[in-house]
Amino acid sequence: MVMDPRLTSELTSELRDIVQEIEGHARNLGLDFFPTIFEMVNYQQMSEIASYGGFPTRYPHWRFGMEYEHLSKSYEYGLSLIYEMVINNDPCYAYLLKSNSLVDQKTVIAHVYGHCDFFKNNYCFSHTNRKMLDEMANHGSRIRRYIEEVGHDEVENFIDVCLSLENLIDQHAPHIRREPKKVHTSSVGGYDEQLISADRRPVPKLPSHRGYMESYINPEEYLKEQQRRMVTEAEREKRFPENPRRDILKFLLDHAPLSAWQRDVLSIVREEAYYFAPQGQTKIMNEGWAVYWHSKIMTQYMLTDSECIDYCDHYAGVTATNGMRLNPYKLGVELVRHVERRWDRGQFGLDYILEDDPAVRKAWNKEAGQGRKKLFEVRKFHNDITFIDEFLDEDFCEEAKLFTWATDRRTGQRIISDRGFESIKSELLDALTNFGQPLIDVVDGNFRNRGELLLMHQHQGKDLKMDWAVETLQNLHKVWNRPVNLSTMLEGEERILSFDGLEPRVEKGAGVAQVGPTK
Amino acid sequence: MRMETDVNRFRKIVRGRIKENLKRYISSGELIGRQGGKQVTIPLPRIDLPRFQFGGNQQKGVGQGEGQPGDPVGQGQPQPGEGEAGKDAGEHGMDVEVSLDELADILGEELQLPRIEDKGKKNVHSKKYRYHGVLRTGPESLRNFKRTYKEALKRQISMGDYRPDDPRVVPIKEDKRFRSFKVEEKPEASAAIIYMMDVSGSMGDEQKEIVRLTSFWLDTWLKRNYDNLDARYIIHDAVAREVDEQTFYHTKESGGTLISSAYKLCEKIIKDDYPQDEWNIYLFHFSDGDNWSGNDTTECLQLLDTVLMPVSNLFCYGQVESRYGSGQFLKDLEKHYSDGGEKVVMHQIKDREGIMGALKAFLGKGK
Repeated sequence: MVMDPRLTSELTSELRDIVQEIEGHARNLGLDFFPTIFEMVNYQQMSEIASYGGFPTRYPHWRFGMEYEHLSKSYEYGLSLIYEMVINNDPCYAYLLKSNSLVDQKTVIAHVYGHCDFFKNNYCFSHTNRKMLDEMANHGSRIRRYIEEVGHDEVENFIDVCLSLENLIDQHAPHIRREPKKVHTSSVGGYDEQLISADRRPVPKLPSHRGYMESYINPEEYLKEQQRRMVTEAEREKRFPENPRRDILKFLLDHAPLSAWQRDVLSIVREEAYYFAPQGQTKIMNEGWAVYWHSKIMTQYMLTDSECIDYCDHYAGVTATNGMRLNPYKLGVELVRHVERRWDRGQFGLDYILEDDPAVRKAWNKEAGQGRKKLFEVRKFHNDITFIDEFLDEDFCEEAKLFTWATDRRTGQRIISDRGFESIKSELLDALTNFGQPLIDVVDGNFRNRGELLLMHQHQGKDLKMDWAVETLQNLHKVWNRPVNLSTMLEGEERILSFDGLEPRVEKGAGVAQVGPTK
Repeated sequence: MRMETDVNRFRKIVRGRIKENLKRYISSGELIGRQGGKQVTIPLPRIDLPRFQFGGNQQKGVGQGEGQPGDPVGQGQPQPGEGEAGKDAGEHGMDVEVSLDELADILGEELQLPRIEDKGKKNVHSKKYRYHGVLRTGPESLRNFKRTYKEALKRQISMGDYRPDDPRVVPIKEDKRFRSFKVEEKPEASAAIIYMMDVSGSMGDEQKEIVRLTSFWLDTWLKRNYDNLDARYIIHDAVAREVDEQTFYHTKESGGTLISSAYKLCEKIIKDDYPQDEWNIYLFHFSDGDNWSGNDTTECLQLLDTVLMPVSNLFCYGQVESRYGSGQFLKDLEKHYSDGGEKVVMHQIKDREGIMGALKAFLGKGK
């Protein structure tokens, strides 16, 4: 165990029994989870653990202190309560708040088993490190060592720089091999390809065994064509990176002029960013799933009569909405139940999809009884985007009373603009694309042939926050050590933001033109 | 504990930023009105980490709930919830809450103020009320609405009195729950500040604003040094009267100036309310330096020497430059206290930029 023993304490025997009972119910209902260890903590400890993103052994950094102040203040003012924390790890760790009432503890324990099952089975998490508690402790001690070697301010400032670039990762990278493995073609003529420029390299000819056939099999034009192709191929290979890359942190790790400790710090920040990414990709599903199960387990097995009202009060709080902001707990659990009901009633398949009459759709019940089975499939193969894309249908929009809102230009007030299915769905998917992060690739590490870095923002209608973009570029410059550029759009026009170490600049024009056509 | 280090790093950054901007905070008065109890909210230039992120206020989005198109949507407030700690990125530029004590410390460090020497006065006990726990009896004013409602709901459901289609819940006496409180007594070192200001015609708005800014920081520093602080306000032209803080800064009179009138009223207040052996008394007087006559000035000096100085820790005179004032009073004071009397500080405040200097002069004695 890597836990700091001062931080945590044992469960009471009463709670131990409850944990065992709930675990049993969860297993019988089909949930499949890592062994789960519960710890009791007081509010300060909970705030502390939460500030460290769940890992009490994390590396030191001021932002955790900031988070802690924020959390403990909002507790003092009675604004917010963290009931529970659970960590994706094998075994799973979950923290219970000492001051919670028994019914809250039961709810939280049941909720935790929902999360644990999700962590273990959802594909997004399949590549996450299940020994992350150890890994985080390892990161902590590495960074502490660097602090001792080069000084607290220096290391912390560099962590600041890395964190400011933290979101420049490829959300899908763990599941795909982006760069094909280089197949080294053995050089035919026994010369070093690198030394002869492409336009002089001998062209591979088609085999011809009779000399008089040569000019027919390998005519002049054909050879010229081959030569040209070799040149463009070589040009492409000279481009660096060969194709735009989204995992900018990886690119920087591989190519930026960093010292050993800096490289290690950057790799730590990157690793943690990848570890936390799936939680952002599945917020709605994960919470929906956990609420679904805690409500099942509580209402079917665990609630006593006297606890009923407190449980309902708590449930109402967790799934409360206030109009403008979607509550992932509420949206999640409603959509999960929607899927369950549809598959229970056989509301799927071509017949159902083609049925236009809302009354018929509503009354549709083939008693297929496949709801639960479908849910387990959904929790395995979907993330928030695909989940909403696949299952958020017109009927659900209406039942869940979804709407789009917009800001009234005259009054500045936010008003309900539409209850139409199309606009709601596209708005939702739009907000979730790349999980709310701008799509940015590194397209050239030798921009202007001067070793400058060029990033390209794929503009999809939303401008970047300019002052932050400039400051982020300045941080990027600290890593790349040469001028850095970002191609983006501002108010409908193409712009390049640059920072050369002295002064940030905004210029007209697109980065693409200078790089040459991509693909 | 680990967290301590990180919290301290964060506080250090905050302190650093506040220090960088302290001069601006002092002369602009940004912080006044941002006080609440023992905290002050300080708007700081960006502390959070910049990212490539979408800009602009969100102009549209998806929500959930009742309403027709065109209806206003309720402002979103963060939901209390479970799960991971909030990972939302903060606003650009953020408000940081700093305790007044900490702000005073920063001021103290920046101006290199000495700690106030303990005069060894007798301590006064003060009462504090602390709420804790819930009781079944208590005054209606302390009734805990939610707990009471829940009890009533439980009772009605278990008695079969609750109808979901007509969900009326009526609490009876047994359902009621009340907040309970404890009285704690604590010894406290107490200080009284008496502010006096000339409000005759020659003192303009800007002059008063300077006084207001100065007094904010004087309060802050003295509060740091005493548990309990009483502030009283006297305005004067030819006559003096006691007013509340609001009136103090917003009264404009015309007519002559008799400074002695204020000193006499000050004497009376001290005599009535602040026995010298229990209170540390601070006197601050702001004026543009015009007095009606030399005779009155003589009377003032006499009052200071015989009555006010013996009972107080410190007497500070701040002369705020105005276009009309002659500034004579400062000269007279300086002449009289040329030996640099222990308890007297005189300082001329030219403009807002001069406030820092005044604070340093007034508080630099460590009295």
